[in-house]
Amino acid sequence: METIYLDNNATTRVDPLVVDAMLPYFTEQFGNPSSLHSFGNRVGLALKKARMQVQALLGAAHDTEVIFTSCGTESDSTAILSALRAQPERREIITTVVEHPAILALCEHLEKEGYVIHRLKVDGKGRLDLDEYRGLLSERVAIVSVMWANNETGTYFPVKEMAELAHTAGVMFHTDAVQAVGKIPLELADSKIDMLSASGHKLHAPKGIGVLYLRRGSRFRPLLRGGHQERGRRAGTENSAAIVALGQAAEMALASMEHENTEVRRLRDKLEAGVLAQVSHAFVTGDPDNRLPNTANIAFEYIEGEAILLLLNKFGIAASSGSACTSGSLEPSHVMRAMGIPYTAAHGTVRFSLSRYTTEAEIDRVIEVVPQVVAQLRKLSPYWNDLGPVADPQQAFAPVYA
Amino acid sequence: MWDYSDKVKEHFFSPRNAGALEGANGVGDVGSISCGDALRLMLKVDPESEVIQDASFQTFGCGSAIASSSALTEIIKGKTLDEALKVSNQDIADYLDGLPPEKMHCSVMGREALQAAVANYRGEVWSDDHEEGALVCKCFAVDAVLIEDTIRANKLTTVEEVTNYTKAGGSCAACHEGIEEILIKVLAETGVAFDPTATPAAVEVAPAQMNTLQRIRRIEQVIQAVRPQLQRDHGDIELVDVDGKTVYVNMIGACSGCQMESLTLNGIQQKLMEELGEFIRVVPTRAGSLTRAMGN
Repeated sequence: METIYLDNNATTRVDPLVVDAMLPYFTEQFGNPSSLHSFGNRVGLALKKARMQVQALLGAAHDTEVIFTSCGTESDSTAILSALRAQPERREIITTVVEHPAILALCEHLEKEGYVIHRLKVDGKGRLDLDEYRGLLSERVAIVSVMWANNETGTYFPVKEMAELAHTAGVMFHTDAVQAVGKIPLELADSKIDMLSASGHKLHAPKGIGVLYLRRGSRFRPLLRGGHQERGRRAGTENSAAIVALGQAAEMALASMEHENTEVRRLRDKLEAGVLAQVSHAFVTGDPDNRLPNTANIAFEYIEGEAILLLLNKFGIAASSGSACTSGSLEPSHVMRAMGIPYTAAHGTVRFSLSRYTTEAEIDRVIEVVPQVVAQLRKLSPYWNDLGPVADPQQAFAPVYA
Repeated sequence: MWDYSDKVKEHFFSPRNAGALEGANGVGDVGSISCGDALRLMLKVDPESEVIQDASFQTFGCGSAIASSSALTEIIKGKTLDEALKVSNQDIADYLDGLPPEKMHCSVMGREALQAAVANYRGEVWSDDHEEGALVCKCFAVDAVLIEDTIRANKLTTVEEVTNYTKAGGSCAACHEGIEEILIKVLAETGVAFDPTATPAAVEVAPAQMNTLQRIRRIEQVIQAVRPQLQRDHGDIELVDVDGKTVYVNMIGACSGCQMESLTLNGIQQKLMEELGEFIRVVPTRAGSLTRAMGN
């Protein structure tokens, strides 16, 4: 069976050219880039090239603003903890309720240590209230951390505008741009963003490599201290093969940026329109007019997401869901709950995330399969009759909490 | 993705007895929409004999919720109400060749739907005292509410005591930080500070009336009970020794080195803990591990 991978916001396949680029760094190019001899020097030059490739993708002013880390989570932790350590008198953080756990869990932990965490709320379309944000900026705030694009809905936050406001108020600004990097132009040099996190495996580089962008002149305290790697800002021998791979992947992402925002977007829109034309009581979550070109998050009412995924998987289609069951938690996705999506729909959300490898034939197949899967599960649902939802669903089926 | 048994997948992909039931005279609606699992069980009961002539379900939920519902209807059809009420959630899980720990609540939901449907048939009101909190221990499916209540009821002060009473934290230890946080919170209610160095109170959790001989006999019974099942798969198990909370067994024949060995042992461990009411660790003996090492 042909398999169709539409879970590219979770991770992407490593591009074959990226694999080719990295392989020599496991074998003949094994030197330590810190070494003086030719073995090390050649690797050092390769890292320099990779740094410039990433700089170009980010639109950063200097290649030295790129720090290689092990993953997006490390970049997030480094950014926030650095801001706190560099400004011990500032004890507040501003973030949002819909951030990735890499930010939310860290903030929860810091809250227990006595820091004050302000979590900006979102409306039904996942948008922030900038007046609420303006009101919270003060000299007590160490850092603002707001994601560039939401991983579940793809919805953008106005990070450049928010960074300007933070800058004016004298507050550092960090953005977790793991989902945005490689999909849209960032042009960091023209922004007031101080720090940005990125992750290799979201843009067809391997897992285990991340980037922290650190604007030149920003006050910084490293998370890992030790050797002088990454100019002392991230000690530890460089993961040279993965860094070279990320450089190659960054160059390719920049080259296909146009494709991402035309062809991938067209396929995504076709997928949504095709599914919604056939399936009633389903809707796109987030802000459809202001989001990543590759992400479609559709809520199917009165059925549950894990069951949808299991059936899709049977047809060879890979996607992901915001249901509680897929994450092992009791609550459905915090992003869906924050947008006020009712439980009967939040558990039935399915995220389809495309990539530049997605084909028209694959999308046609998904449009054919999804309505069957939804119909099959609705047949089992206590909220569903033969033709549609039962009258007054919440009243007709009100189970005792078990 | 979850590690579902073939039986779970089969019942999910081709559920039995799904849909509304004409002429149902006992209906039970249970579950929690916020948790994403809810089930309506419908029974057609013969008023004379109280035999369940037909049963069907409608489920809003995940793969194992649908499979558990399907299994439940198959198990209870043809049983009298009193017989059906003896069906435990473990019976439902066993019928499906087991459920992942995070999914055991699906089988609990099935059992509760059955109680609710029978109560509905008998004109009684069924109320549920079961409150579910965030899952803390994933190995033994123990939630925060149960841990909090157990700490309060038994005045527990250490992680080890919590493990002895609830099993939480008894396996991979990943939730010990979470258990400590609950201890800190609950102890603070009475103005006590959590002391990580405190030694657990010497509490004998096993029912006091059981002496060592009775306890070992009970362990032997549990082991005996699983043997026919293993023998069917050309394997076997024997009890080697009991040392405190550790039960040493020897895995024989096909069981030795079987990829499912740890699953089998976990199942036996679970049964022993339920039977003895205390934390038990089942360890395969060195002889078994040696054969395994050489076999591979």
